[in-house]
Amino acid sequence: MSTETEHIVESDKSDDEHVHEHPSDKKYFQIAGVLAILTALEVGTYFFEGIPGEILIPLLMIMMVVKFFYVAAWFMHLRFDNSLFMKFFVSGLVLASVVYAVFLTVFEFWHKG
Amino acid sequence: MTDQTHSEETSTGISHNKLGMWVFLGSECLLFGALISTYLLYRGRFADGPAPGDIFDIPFTSVSSFVLLMSSLTMVLALSALQRGDERNNRLWLLTTALLGAVFVGGQVYEFTTFLREGLGYKTSPFSSAFFTLTGFHGVHVSLGVIFLMSLYVSSVRGNLHKERAETVELIGLYWHFVDIVWIFIFTVIYLVPSPTS
Repeated sequence: MSTETEHIVESDKSDDEHVHEHPSDKKYFQIAGVLAILTALEVGTYFFEGIPGEILIPLLMIMMVVKFFYVAAWFMHLRFDNSLFMKFFVSGLVLASVVYAVFLTVFEFWHKG
Repeated sequence: MTDQTHSEETSTGISHNKLGMWVFLGSECLLFGALISTYLLYRGRFADGPAPGDIFDIPFTSVSSFVLLMSSLTMVLALSALQRGDERNNRLWLLTTALLGAVFVGGQVYEFTTFLREGLGYKTSPFSSAFFTLTGFHGVHVSLGVIFLMSLYVSSVRGNLHKERAETVELIGLYWHFVDIVWIFIFTVIYLVPSPTS
């Protein structure tokens, strides 16, 4: 009985360790480097006045989403943790996006710009 | 005996504290979504006051944004150190994160003061009200984060923050990273996307 209990505890522990396996400090520095480069590129667009809005805005949005993804996946460990955490967070994010997209549409934001 | 972090048995098999934090962060998306949407609606309504495109200091805000972004790195290093049982480096990174957060808040206070001097008050226009409410709410979140971080630091100095309590640091870290993520969004949508000028 005692051996069985120990086995179950060990089994749970190894599952838990697998779920919580986090990256090394070196990897965190690499991610921070990518974020710094993306921020520099974003800020760089401010100094290039010739970029048309049709290109500039999607470009900024893509860089913003990539930065968002990197922080959430690596620094917040969504990539490694239980998927339930991601489901709750993404639910809030999607709900907010839909609600406020409707809100902005109702107030004719897209039409006015 | 397993450590305290994972000893609590839950129906889901995962930490309820952590789950609660993620639900809270999901709900915060709705709060900031409301504030950002309101700003987008009102950014062109600056009446006789300064327009966003005339008043924003992009180089200054870029430095503040970089500082906040790097505080996410120091935060995750603080957690990593504690998970290894390295309490000294945990304290160092917690303090660094709090300092970077304080620098960001200081920058925001400077920015608000400059705007006030240039004639942009809270009630000057719908744009100014929406701008100060959005960035002010974010600033309050950062300030609360700094208080949480300093509490963790003091707790560590008093010898109450060990490897077994790494989840506490992880929860505060999640909050801190979320505040950073919100700023990534604000910085792009409010500052970098070209704004109306007068």
